[in-house]
Amino acid sequence: MEVDQVTYTVARALAFSTPLLWAALGEIFAERAGVVNLGVEGMMILGAVAGFIVAQTAGAPYLGLVLAATVGAAAALAHAFISITLRGNQYISGLALTIFGLGFSGLIGRSWVGKPLGTPMEFITVPGLSEIPLLGPALFTDQYLLTYVGLVTAALLWFILYYTRPGLALRTVGESPAAADATGTSVTLVRYLAVVFGGLMAGVAGGYLSIAYRPSWGEGMTNGMGWIALAIAIFSLWDPLRAVAASFFFGAFFFLSFLLQKVFPPELLTLLPYTFTIVALTVVALGKEGRAFGAPEALGLPYRRGER
Amino acid sequence: MADAPSVQDPTTQQTPLLSMQGISKNFPGVKANDSVEFEVRAGEVHALLGENGAGKTTLMNILYGLYQPDAGEIRYRGEVVTFRSPRDAIACGLGLVAQHFHLARRHTVAENIALGLANTPFIFPTRALRERLRELGNHYGLGVNPDARVWQLSPGERQRVEILKALIQGAEILILDEPTSVLTPQEAEALFQVVEQMTSESRAVIFISHKLDEVMRIADTISILRKGAVVGRLKRRDANPARLAELMVGRTIAPPERTSDGLRDRIVLELKGVWVRGDRGVDALKEASFRLQSGEILGVAGVAGNGQAELIEILTGLRQPSRGQILLDGEDITPLGVRGLFEAGVAHIPEDRNHVGIVPGMSVAENLVMRQYRYPPFARGALLDQKQVTRFARSSIDQYDIATPSKDTPSRLLSGGNVQKVILARELSGDPKLVVASHPTYGLDVSAAALTHELMLSQRARGAGVLLVSEDLDELMQLSNRILVLFAGQVMGTVDVEEATSETLGMMMAGAPQEAALGATTDA
Repeated sequence: MEVDQVTYTVARALAFSTPLLWAALGEIFAERAGVVNLGVEGMMILGAVAGFIVAQTAGAPYLGLVLAATVGAAAALAHAFISITLRGNQYISGLALTIFGLGFSGLIGRSWVGKPLGTPMEFITVPGLSEIPLLGPALFTDQYLLTYVGLVTAALLWFILYYTRPGLALRTVGESPAAADATGTSVTLVRYLAVVFGGLMAGVAGGYLSIAYRPSWGEGMTNGMGWIALAIAIFSLWDPLRAVAASFFFGAFFFLSFLLQKVFPPELLTLLPYTFTIVALTVVALGKEGRAFGAPEALGLPYRRGER
Repeated sequence: MADAPSVQDPTTQQTPLLSMQGISKNFPGVKANDSVEFEVRAGEVHALLGENGAGKTTLMNILYGLYQPDAGEIRYRGEVVTFRSPRDAIACGLGLVAQHFHLARRHTVAENIALGLANTPFIFPTRALRERLRELGNHYGLGVNPDARVWQLSPGERQRVEILKALIQGAEILILDEPTSVLTPQEAEALFQVVEQMTSESRAVIFISHKLDEVMRIADTISILRKGAVVGRLKRRDANPARLAELMVGRTIAPPERTSDGLRDRIVLELKGVWVRGDRGVDALKEASFRLQSGEILGVAGVAGNGQAELIEILTGLRQPSRGQILLDGEDITPLGVRGLFEAGVAHIPEDRNHVGIVPGMSVAENLVMRQYRYPPFARGALLDQKQVTRFARSSIDQYDIATPSKDTPSRLLSGGNVQKVILARELSGDPKLVVASHPTYGLDVSAAALTHELMLSQRARGAGVLLVSEDLDELMQLSNRILVLFAGQVMGTVDVEEATSETLGMMMAGAPQEAALGATTDA
């Protein structure tokens, strides 16, 4: 019985951590390019409502997911325009996006509340691997395809970030836009792509919630997950592979906070990710100048050529 | 070389590698470039000489595609080209080593260079680069570890990275913007040799500077820019420093007159056995003792990092000595902080004028009262008397001839010389007893430096004590009555300026005791 409970907890934590991972990976790319997007929560929920409506009307869950990603990307485009082209305050623009997303999704989703999705995404069980004792039931039984795609994406993004030319361009734009500009790399283009990619990933995360994990629509159903994703981006020190671990870690905490709410105050458990984030930020801040990890140096700063 | 009787000057033969014709560029309120003609030929060092704010950097930013000109055209090998971004300029063989390096500090040398290369592979962009970096490094004597992170490198090494980056990109025309401002004299000489090697391989170098001696050292052709316009172009063999200085500032500069010393009637500053702990936990000053009289300028010489910064900090309240006593006019001021020392009559001209000396985002007027705002007449209780602030700002701007569009202009928009004038106006307004000046002319153009010198001298004549820290020995010998030498946190001695030679001072700066240094140089 106890072993079953552990494998079950791991399995559910994995499922719960999937949207956190997708959204965090997107935010990591945006922030690596130097743009903070506090609109993750808003982009997620817009993706969730759009994905649900399309999946419900068309009866096609994956079409819903495509739309969720598109809507997330479109919302991010607005943030990109304000923060990159207009050089507005990134924090204000991102917050506005979250508030807008929460409100607007509630408005358009009003008539869809409480109706379960007719054609949700199906569980998959990985043939062969699911037979492994312990690991099989924990990791390879009754999961959604997006969980595995998310993990592969994380590895791919990690490789792109550190070992390819576009990754180098992205990191340079976030560390020193002037250096990137002087080599002929377009700071504007790289930042737009990164922010829109971040929105796309947040949209997928939202779609996963409303089409797969909890196949229904409810107002505010993202329930703060966007903020956790932002915390993961920091906690993982802007590294896609560490984000996998951090997402799972936070996912487990959240799942446990439901499970153990009789014995342990869930508020305390839900506080923990933020506490860890503060600790992580402190460690980064205490680190020596120029340490390999730490926030991208140009994070949050608009770039203008030749500005003193 | 330039004096050799050449039958034909080879550099005037071909079409220029690159030429700029009728280039104009306006910024709000400023004509940065006004119909500038400029050209550079293969195998030539063409210096662009001008004061800070003369428009040199703007012109080069246009050439490098960072700015678009309002008028004029650029020709590469005789054909008109348009540089919309640095990418276009790089494609025509241009390379820029900017004054403020364009490097990502947390990235490795190889990563910084790889991004600028057109043929960098998609995967593993830095892998193939190492070999080429090593070859080029050996060829030009520009060795840098490709895996070092930029933040670990000295300014001189960072500059090498920038030069290597440009060379690997295939630069035929290298723009060096104030390249020696971050270098020691030895590093500067090494740079000049790299430049000579490049021109011997028929590359061209555009050398931007406001320092006459280095332009005379390295340039073949010299164009002088003043207020955005070219006011002269000469071959080095036809140039001399006085002529260049005159063209550069538009009038002849007389060396500052040695005004009479002030009345030496008291000891303004006395240090008694002062020890100071530096940032790294080691003693930065060891039992430093010296006296500074009224009406005297005491120069402080030393290689950077031998305790000068800490000395300045304890005298201005930014750091506390761990042992010893500091007396100002006979009173113990050791425990006083920044405000206490200001009130006691200590003025501070800081080394980092843009970050310590002013608040860049605040207006000229606000920066002018940054110290005095809390005292009458500027303060009336908790309120600021804006009329008094305005009056003080107007009179300071007039008196110090601060070039600013208005008193409300953010200080960051001023040129270096004018920022220094704001600081001088503020610090000297209360007739301080002691003026602590750290590298006060570093990076300033000729006329702003001359004004700064005049002000130091007039403070002395008035009877203030002036402590002048500088790495420029000529400046120290020109202004000081006595020169104190610091080495490894110890006072090596104090030399009267009449006895001081650069050899004596140099030996003391390298750790020789005063008697030995004086003896050795008088024997020779």
